Amino acid sequence: MVIPFSKTQRGTQRGDEFAELALPLFDSLYNFACWLAHDRSEAEDLVQEAYAKALKGFSSFQTGTNFRAWIFRILRNTFLNSRTGLAASQTIALEDEEALESVPAAVTRETPETLLFERANQETIQGATEKLALPFREVLLLADVEEMPYREIAEALGIPAGTVMSRLARARRVLRGELQDKVVRA
Amino acid sequence: MACNLWREKLDAFVDGELPAEAEREFDAHLRACSSCAADIANRVQLKNAVKRAGRRFTPSADFRRKIEEQVLPHKRHWSRAWIPAFAAAAVVLFAAVWMLGRWTAGSSTTLFGELIDAHIATLASANPVDVVSTDQHTVKPWFEGKLPFAVNLPELTNSPFTLLGGRVTYLEQTPGAALLFQYRKHRLSVFVFQDRPQWKNVSAAGVPAQHASFWVETWSAGGLRHFVVGDTSAANVEQLSELMKSAANAK
Repeated sequence: MVIPFSKTQRGTQRGDEFAELALPLFDSLYNFACWLAHDRSEAEDLVQEAYAKALKGFSSFQTGTNFRAWIFRILRNTFLNSRTGLAASQTIALEDEEALESVPAAVTRETPETLLFERANQETIQGATEKLALPFREVLLLADVEEMPYREIAEALGIPAGTVMSRLARARRVLRGELQDKVVRA
Repeated sequence: MACNLWREKLDAFVDGELPAEAEREFDAHLRACSSCAADIANRVQLKNAVKRAGRRFTPSADFRRKIEEQVLPHKRHWSRAWIPAFAAAAVVLFAAVWMLGRWTAGSSTTLFGELIDAHIATLASANPVDVVSTDQHTVKPWFEGKLPFAVNLPELTNSPFTLLGGRVTYLEQTPGAALLFQYRKHRLSVFVFQDRPQWKNVSAAGVPAQHASFWVETWSAGGLRHFVVGDTSAANVEQLSELMKSAANAK
């Protein structure tokens, strides 16, 4: 029996393609969502919503372009439109520059950094990362945890690559300052 | 490049974002500058520490299942219930296709093999035909009473073929006509038998099939099964087949 190639099957084929691209990113998306929302149940909602949006909009996704950047962008926009996201972005606007400008001074205190990272345990680093303002935290996580190239981070966050570089440099500077303070105080 | 200029590129170097040439130059600088080298070592260490600490949250199995169901709704819906049934059906279908394929291929191959043997035996024989005549009106009546059907022969005027004659032959214990034609220095056989149900799937797949360097064409028409065997060319065998078909239609 010859089975005609129906619309449903075509849909399923595209659905398979989506699953093939999207499911391997599940752990990364969930981790990133937790870092953004600071709450597991909220992160679950974000991931679920992001998957639903991505699946719905998959027809507009062009095969061959960067799927990871595309779906991370959907997740991040979902977060920014959530209550926590809106609150976070408002706080950033206020504390952004001044919080960062004070940092380099702390770093110049010349504690040998090798010793610093040896003493800083996982929790300390996580705490310091959590304290980073959203624009710096997300760039740092995408660069170091997801190991995304600058170009891909720029695409995921909708910012120029130059901004990725400057935010990343600042995020690291702040992080080093935080760690230094913690270790010195300890 | 001055050290302070390299310092601006420390992060890009650690992240592997420098163009190949700049990276080579930076490498050379690091060998000469202990301050930059120490800085790089620290940055790499921090990057690795963030990488480890950043992989902090793992989704629960329930949530994973939920997302999989969301992303693969159809698959999960029918996979569990239907997979065994589909698997069984696939096995049966595969077996059936394989058996049919084997049977068809086997019967065609065996049949063609036998006919080619008969054709070669004819060529090797000192008396390849029992009725020696180029005249179809002599050969056709010769078969009367010897076969339970009439053998229609084509009009060969203006064709490259010449009729050499015919004889009675047997295939699977059933009599049929063996006709011998000449094309230049080649000879081709045409075998005609009453058609049989077991030959239903025997075909040369629309074009003469090549078998042991011979071309074989076969078709069924008017209750008779024709086979044309020759070693000249596919086109040649086809041409003789067309002449035989037109002869059958004409009578």
